[in-house]
This record gives sequence, structure tokens and C-alpha cells, in this order.
Amino acid sequence: MTDTMEPTAAPMIVPDFGDDASDRKLAIICSKGNLDMAYPALVLGNAALGEGVETHLFFTFWGFDMIIDSRMDNLQFSPAGNTAMHLPIRGKEVRIPQALMPLPGMTGMATKMLQDQLEELDLPSVRDFLDQIVAAGGQLWACRLSADMNKVDMDDLYEGVTDIINASDFIEMTEGAQLLFI
Amino acid sequence: MPVTTIAGAEVHVNDEGFLTEFDEWSEDIGAALAANIGIEMTPRHWEVIHFLREDFKAQGETATTRRVQNAGGFPTKEQFTLFPKKPARKMAYIAGVPKPKGCV
Repeated sequence: MTDTMEPTAAPMIVPDFGDDASDRKLAIICSKGNLDMAYPALVLGNAALGEGVETHLFFTFWGFDMIIDSRMDNLQFSPAGNTAMHLPIRGKEVRIPQALMPLPGMTGMATKMLQDQLEELDLPSVRDFLDQIVAAGGQLWACRLSADMNKVDMDDLYEGVTDIINASDFIEMTEGAQLLFI
Repeated sequence: MPVTTIAGAEVHVNDEGFLTEFDEWSEDIGAALAANIGIEMTPRHWEVIHFLREDFKAQGETATTRRVQNAGGFPTKEQFTLFPKKPARKMAYIAGVPKPKGCV
């Protein structure tokens, strides 16, 4: 073989999917029960799983609403205190005065608007998103103290929750993990 | 764009090794790409890959794992079994389409 053969052919490049070095681990603490605050954890957790990262979601305090079976399909978004809420009115983006936000019906309207936007982007509901995360190998953990506060047990929780664990269990299990508090 | 030879054919690839020309792909190339990353193709693997290619042709972008489940009918869990750890990237690589852009 001489140097002149196949002068244009480069050696084959194989992408590095990092399978050998995938000891990365992510733990996300979900502490909020508002609809808008549910999604960051769901999007990032799902993305991490898609990248082969071991992923744990830990639900605590208000975040419990994301996994209480009777509440998770009905999370709300309140514009009160949120100055980044703009409404398209007559072709303009209007910032609604904060004094109007606590009026009756505002939370319902804002929730509906957010749900419509999420749907437009083809984002799954909280339940469907958790289904997908569990199917991708994600682990869901419920906080013992929050379970006691809410007076619920495993029977009241979304079926994909692995277990109710205490704070020490969580700390032990997330050794070496990257932590995200939402 | 580098040109390389895969399964006896000259193809264009990007600097990660993904095919850049949709029409340069063939099943032989797909099988060779799969072998590169340690995946042995079964009829079920091919079903997913053909869905991905057809969907790309129709939509102009690569299906995410969620779309492969909802529009293609391949459950997420199965995708992780067939294409372990990073299904979206691995499926795209074998199918000769770009990595998916969507977040979900």
C-alpha cells in the first residue's frame, strides 16, 4: 500500500458516548408545589437520564404535591409576587399590577395560560413526565417528615415513588452526587 | 466536513462522527455505526431506526425519546434497553440523523 491511496479518507471517528465513565450522579430536591416550579426538576431530571446520569428526585415540603396522587394533576400557578408575568393584551405585552394578582380567578386564569403554553410546547403533564422519568430509570423518593406532616403514606402517593425515606437516608444515598435544590 | 469510509461507502461525517448527509445512509452503514458503539442490531432496533429516519424526513428534525415513544410507539423503557444509557444520541447516530435539539 502506498501513501497515495485514498488521499481524502479520514480515519473513522466514533463518538464518545462516555459509557465507561458514567459514574456521574444527580440528586434533585423538589421543594415546591407550584406548577411552574415543578417543571425545572422534571425537565432536568429527564435530560440527565437521557445522558446516562443516575438520577434521584427527592420530594419534600410543598414539593410533595408533585407526588400526592390526588393533587399532582392539579398543580396551580399564581402570578402573585411574580413580576415576570406578562399578559398579551391587544397585541402588546402588559405587566399586570401586582395589586390585582390576588383577585379571585387570577390563579385559575394564570394556571390555564401556563398549561396551554406547556401543551403547545408538547410538554407532558406532571404525571406523564414522572412516568417517563421512572421508565428511564429515575428514582423518586418521598420525604418522611413531609409524609408525616401531610398525614399520607405510600398508598396516597404516585405509584412510581420508590419509598419514603428520612433525611439521613437521603444524605447517605446521595454521596458523591451533584445536588440541585428547587 | 471529514469524509470517511464506512461499510465500503464514502460518507460525510461531522467532527463527532455523526453522518451529515441524510441520503448517504444505508442499512449496512447503520449496522456498522451500531457495531462501533457496541450495539448489535435486531429487527426491533431496525424498527426504531426506520421510524427515526422517516420521522426526520417528515418533520425536518430528529425525534426526542418522548416523540419516539408517543409518535413511534416505542416505550421509553424499551429505548433504554435497546440503546443503553443515552438512547436519543445513540439512535440518532445509528440512523444517520443529527442529535435531537428538543429538551424533552
